[in-house]
Amino acid sequence: MSASVANLLFLYAPIVVLMVFSFNASRLSAGWQGLTLQWYRLLLEDEALRLAVQNSLVVAVVSTVVATGLGVCAAVGLERHPFRGREVVEGALLLPLVIPEIMMGVSLMLLFLLVNLPLGLITVTIGHAAFNVPIVLVIVRARLRKLDPSLEEAARDLGATSWQAFRGVTLPLLMPAVAGSVLLAFTISLDDFIVTFFTAGPGSTTLPLYVYSMVKSGVTPAINALSAILVLVSMALIGASLALQRR
Amino acid sequence: MNLEVLSPDRRVSVRAVLVPRRPGLLLLPALVWLGLFFFVPLALMLAISFAWRGTYGGVEWTLSLANYVNVLDPLYLKVFLRSVLLAAVTTAVCLVLGFPIAYYIARLPARRQGIWLLLVMIPFWTNFLVRTYAWIFILRTEGLVNTVLISLGLIGSPIDVLYTETAIVIGLVYGYLPFMILPLYAAVERLPPSLVEAAWDLYASRWAVLRRVIVPLTKPGLVAGCILVFIPSLGAFMTPDLMGGARTMMIGNLIQHEFLVARDWPFGSAISLVLMALVLLGLAIYLRVEGAGKRPATEWMSR
Repeated sequence: MSASVANLLFLYAPIVVLMVFSFNASRLSAGWQGLTLQWYRLLLEDEALRLAVQNSLVVAVVSTVVATGLGVCAAVGLERHPFRGREVVEGALLLPLVIPEIMMGVSLMLLFLLVNLPLGLITVTIGHAAFNVPIVLVIVRARLRKLDPSLEEAARDLGATSWQAFRGVTLPLLMPAVAGSVLLAFTISLDDFIVTFFTAGPGSTTLPLYVYSMVKSGVTPAINALSAILVLVSMALIGASLALQRR
Repeated sequence: MNLEVLSPDRRVSVRAVLVPRRPGLLLLPALVWLGLFFFVPLALMLAISFAWRGTYGGVEWTLSLANYVNVLDPLYLKVFLRSVLLAAVTTAVCLVLGFPIAYYIARLPARRQGIWLLLVMIPFWTNFLVRTYAWIFILRTEGLVNTVLISLGLIGSPIDVLYTETAIVIGLVYGYLPFMILPLYAAVERLPPSLVEAAWDLYASRWAVLRRVIVPLTKPGLVAGCILVFIPSLGAFMTPDLMGGARTMMIGNLIQHEFLVARDWPFGSAISLVLMALVLLGLAIYLRVEGAGKRPATEWMSR
């Protein structure tokens, strides 16, 4: 019990400390000099930050839409149409989950540079869609496995075409999983640093890249404030995603 | 086709109903996308790793093993050894920290397990970059730990932990601890408490219970946890970049350096592929152990 409490302390203390000190008036941030909201105000006035948030949102929305389309189709294809070599195809589609992320980032950068596609928002979005496909696939497939096949059979017995049965019966039942995977893919895209780091170009700085450059140039309470916001946003999105997957 | 719906074997009937004329069509978009933007880049990297660096960066196409031989240079070998060592220490620390909490959670009444697992996972939902920054904020020379210790008079001058290998391990442990706890929890939960009690009844020492009952019976979870922590630690880039110093380079930093600073793509590619070989080796070990047990150790993922 006490070991477990110590463990939780280790997990939570850094984040709590980070958030508490985002309200500290001291610029050097080590000692406590009273409450302030000035660091949050500073963030609101930051033009570069606003652009980074905008870039992150564009990338996250587009890559999530692409990955969800590809991932849901692939999940249905894998689960409902047994064919020879299915394990191989499945393994290939899940491989991005186990390869070190830096390899994915670097190899994509090589591809884009060799085909002369300028690094920017488009290349970042392509990369994000690629690593999100297996994530959508895993979640939607787990849900498909739990569905009772007799429901779709019943629709077919009553004369529905296979598309009508899928559209009218299976898809609505899959929706919680699809929505959950959309939220998760969106969050992972929003949070991604490594693939973005290697595939971004001038003018396509995303939020994590912006935080990275802030951290590199020195610790300021403004980073604490921005971090505190990011912590809450990620937690809310992933919490919602899990809640949807459980439905 | 409709007649088959009436077949008594439901599985057969479902297959018959749902197989469209070209079943591969649904898989095609994902396969094309990952083919173009995952497998082609990896193949490209493999090809480039046998090439030479062009005069102005770029690539001069040849077929040579020079880049792989170069990896064996003591200078680079040291980076590999350090990475393996730091990843191993990270894994060991995660195991020591994670096992007690996994055991504790698995032995709670079922309805309280969920909330504890959630408590373990929540910090993990935070951006990794932010979590790394949190430790920089705490550990740096003017950071929280030093400020508190100095103001309490416990130390005279600040302790320099940040930008050392210790800092990297702290950052990695903080990043990957849940990867250890979850599979361990799943393994302990399946371990019947009666077996441990039987060992106690037969006067086994604490150490004997751990070594001869608990460890062998939770082995798939132990291995899964260790692999899940070891692999990302080995390929870590951001943690050593932000929390390590110039003398604590890991493989990820070396790759980044070769591609973005030295502009030696062929050598950078060779290093990346050696890293991938190490990762696949770890996975092979994992799959072998997992295959040995009846129920897959990854079962917790689908819960």
